[in-house]
Amino acid sequence: MPDPFSIAGKSLPVHERAQLLVVGAGSAGLAAAIEGARLGLSVLLLDENPVPAETMGDDIPLLYGQAMSGAVRNPGAMIEALVATEPRLAEAFEAGVDVRLGTAVWGLYANGPSVGWLPGMVAGITTPEGARLVGFDRAIVATGHRDMGLAFPGWDKPGVIGARAAVQLATRYQALAARRAVVLGTTAEAFAAAQALSAAGVEVVAMVECAEAAIAADPAFPVLTRHVPIRVEGAEAVEALVLSGPDGDVRLACDAVVLGVAAIPTIDLLDAAGCKTVFDGRRGGFVPLLDAAQRTSIPGIQAVGDCAGVWADKTRDRRIAEAEGVRAARLEDVSGVETGPDLAAYRLGWVRDTVLAQDGPAAPHVCRCEDVTAREILEVRPPRYLGVQRETRNDRSLASLLGQGPPSPDQVKRLTRAGMGVCQGRRCREQVAALLALGAGVDLAAIPLATHRAPVRPLPLAALGATPEPEAMAAHWSTWFGIPAQAVPYWEITPTEGDADA
Amino acid sequence: MPEAVRPGHGQAGTGAAVVIVGGGVTGLSAGWWLARAGVDVLVLDKGIVAWEASGRNGGGCSHATSPLFLEEQRLWPMMDDLLGYPTEFSPGRIRIAFDSAQFDLYRHLARAGERQGFATDILDPAQTRALVPLAGDNVVGAYHYRFGGHANPHRTAQGYAWAMQDHGGRVQQHTTVLGFETAGGRVTAVQTNHGTIGCDALVIAAGPQTGGLAAMLDVHVPMAAARAEMIVTEPLPLMPLGGVDGNGLYGRQTLRGNLAYGGGPHEWITLGEGMAVPPRSSTPLLGPIAGRLAALFPKARHARVIRSWAGVIENTPDGRPVIERLRTPDNVVVATLSSIGFGLSPATGHAIRDLVLDGACNFADLSTLRLSRFAGLEQDWMRQRGWVPLAA
Repeated sequence: MPDPFSIAGKSLPVHERAQLLVVGAGSAGLAAAIEGARLGLSVLLLDENPVPAETMGDDIPLLYGQAMSGAVRNPGAMIEALVATEPRLAEAFEAGVDVRLGTAVWGLYANGPSVGWLPGMVAGITTPEGARLVGFDRAIVATGHRDMGLAFPGWDKPGVIGARAAVQLATRYQALAARRAVVLGTTAEAFAAAQALSAAGVEVVAMVECAEAAIAADPAFPVLTRHVPIRVEGAEAVEALVLSGPDGDVRLACDAVVLGVAAIPTIDLLDAAGCKTVFDGRRGGFVPLLDAAQRTSIPGIQAVGDCAGVWADKTRDRRIAEAEGVRAARLEDVSGVETGPDLAAYRLGWVRDTVLAQDGPAAPHVCRCEDVTAREILEVRPPRYLGVQRETRNDRSLASLLGQGPPSPDQVKRLTRAGMGVCQGRRCREQVAALLALGAGVDLAAIPLATHRAPVRPLPLAALGATPEPEAMAAHWSTWFGIPAQAVPYWEITPTEGDADA
Repeated sequence: MPEAVRPGHGQAGTGAAVVIVGGGVTGLSAGWWLARAGVDVLVLDKGIVAWEASGRNGGGCSHATSPLFLEEQRLWPMMDDLLGYPTEFSPGRIRIAFDSAQFDLYRHLARAGERQGFATDILDPAQTRALVPLAGDNVVGAYHYRFGGHANPHRTAQGYAWAMQDHGGRVQQHTTVLGFETAGGRVTAVQTNHGTIGCDALVIAAGPQTGGLAAMLDVHVPMAAARAEMIVTEPLPLMPLGGVDGNGLYGRQTLRGNLAYGGGPHEWITLGEGMAVPPRSSTPLLGPIAGRLAALFPKARHARVIRSWAGVIENTPDGRPVIERLRTPDNVVVATLSSIGFGLSPATGHAIRDLVLDGACNFADLSTLRLSRFAGLEQDWMRQRGWVPLAA
């Protein structure tokens, strides 16, 4: 007879099943889904785009920076635009793939060392009726990449936008409310954004690089090297970006500042599921640990495309991601994949020269949800809402947390709240890691990954709880363990004598 | 009476007067109490302080059935000042019932408080909604306990650690205990992956690993580990009182405004190789918890959930703590708080300080928490209770 208040003997409804679940309908995900269907599998391909305008407003899943035009309030037209700009979506429909747009996956779950009650692997998805569980035999995660945030005074003004978001808004939805852009960073992704924006009619005023030299090049886009952003000017939105350079300050009139400093593999779903991750500066930072057939550490879950690693060649040629998708669907091994140079030090350089260089009253919030500056992170200060910003006792150095190990971003976020807000750390996660590396004097690779947690998209209580509680669960639901003796007051208990070993 | 540990009687560099195994709230509070008594104390943690259940709980401070309750109630309102760091303690609790069964169940805490001199108001639905703006029309009644409260587990645990350091105590993270050295019926040293650390006294307060560590000293501390889950929403405007729960949930509105709640089914688990805590995976149980929270606070039903997480918690066979100074070896205190450790931690640390320095608790009768109550425990007690892990 199992403990009636435990999960044993209880379950939650699984609404549908697929043999192959593919998350993300970009190059890699589409290739995987089409190949899966060709192999005769029942394939469910989910993509959260078009995401609701309110979600975009919280910089989820990309750093949209309030640079959307009113076009993002018309989901019907956005779906048409998605289908029109990605021919392989139609190919997937024709191949028999069950394609659902506007459907986010907020959790992947599998039984493991501490979980045994699940009826196989399940995914949590959004539907108009609320959250649902979908069972699957195998999942291929193709969630792409997003851009690293970079704090400088005014980076919270509308118009400071990630490269990936800018390209998506401009080229897929014609919804980028900007005409003149300055691009920060000289990564392959920064140049790809410059090219795409330029082709979409946005003037690229300048490319900016904090280092001595650019790390990629395109003669069409000259680069201002040894320049760092020091503030955004503009009353309501970006009107100009002021740079500091070797010959003094430079003011560039613009209505968008595009962050192309670092392309970050979107591993939220994989990390929250418990897939092992590893830091690889040649693949964009933390990526899932994969075998030659793109398999993660959790049997049945694979990762392809940019979420499995971003590098320059892959950004320039979508066939690399597509090949990963096809191989993953076939469970086919490939070895000797060429990636790119290690960009961890490059990323650290940007954070050192921009985020860490800003101090004093104008210091920007690195964590914008919880209003935390770089100094507050490095001094592990309690959050401002507690009103305990005394100069003594209540601020400690990072060193006071160290000891036989690197600084932990999770420990720092619990104390400062950096990364604990509604954007779920999308804007500050990599900046916090870089600050801790700089503060502790260690490589970026030494800083552990701040944990991702389901739901990896913020979901209303009513939506998550939309499925009625199963009867067996309701009948034996306890606030805490439901151990009768635990609730007995001590004065009703007869003490035992002496010691156990007496 | 066992020989007492004298303040300052440490072996600087090679050890400490008191070594505490376990950097959760129990061990850290004990370390702080000992350090402020002038004792040279070292807390060891296998990872990062407060990384397990100490940092993954509801933050409740209302344990009216415990012999440590009066000390818990005395200390919490003073903790920010005593530690010198904010704990976010907020006094008082309201528990809301949606049916007569819940209302009857929640009376228990009111009775226990009343017996010890603490009042409880019974609220009708209108009074409840006046004190709890997020509550709705489904309220049958509520209890407003004029005691207890809630605090922030992360901040409190780190506050203990820092306050202990301010008094000269030390914390050593990422240090795994491999065994103990004994001589003359006493533990003389702790063997770790960072070498051997000498000690005059030992405290084992290692949550689910307490049983395994005590077994190294041939002491049987029966316990089983389970996984339980919580969710947290985005911040909402602050209610007059954050310690509001009910409808089968425990939790609080944090001072930042987030709703942090848990409750419902737990899952019994086994520890891995070397007592390793397995991944603290959360599961789709966030759905039923969210559903109950939406019912508890109908006016917050559109608040978005931004995280869920799980913790691993130990329970003894009767769900009650063990806090005891052993007879053999006679310089060892064993403490497991059996899933109710956070709120009691200020008092627990005080009790452990007394047990280490004076051999007995000076302010409460801990005789109901003795290990000897399990002397006749059946070999298969876990199976009898159905506390059986499902995971392979």
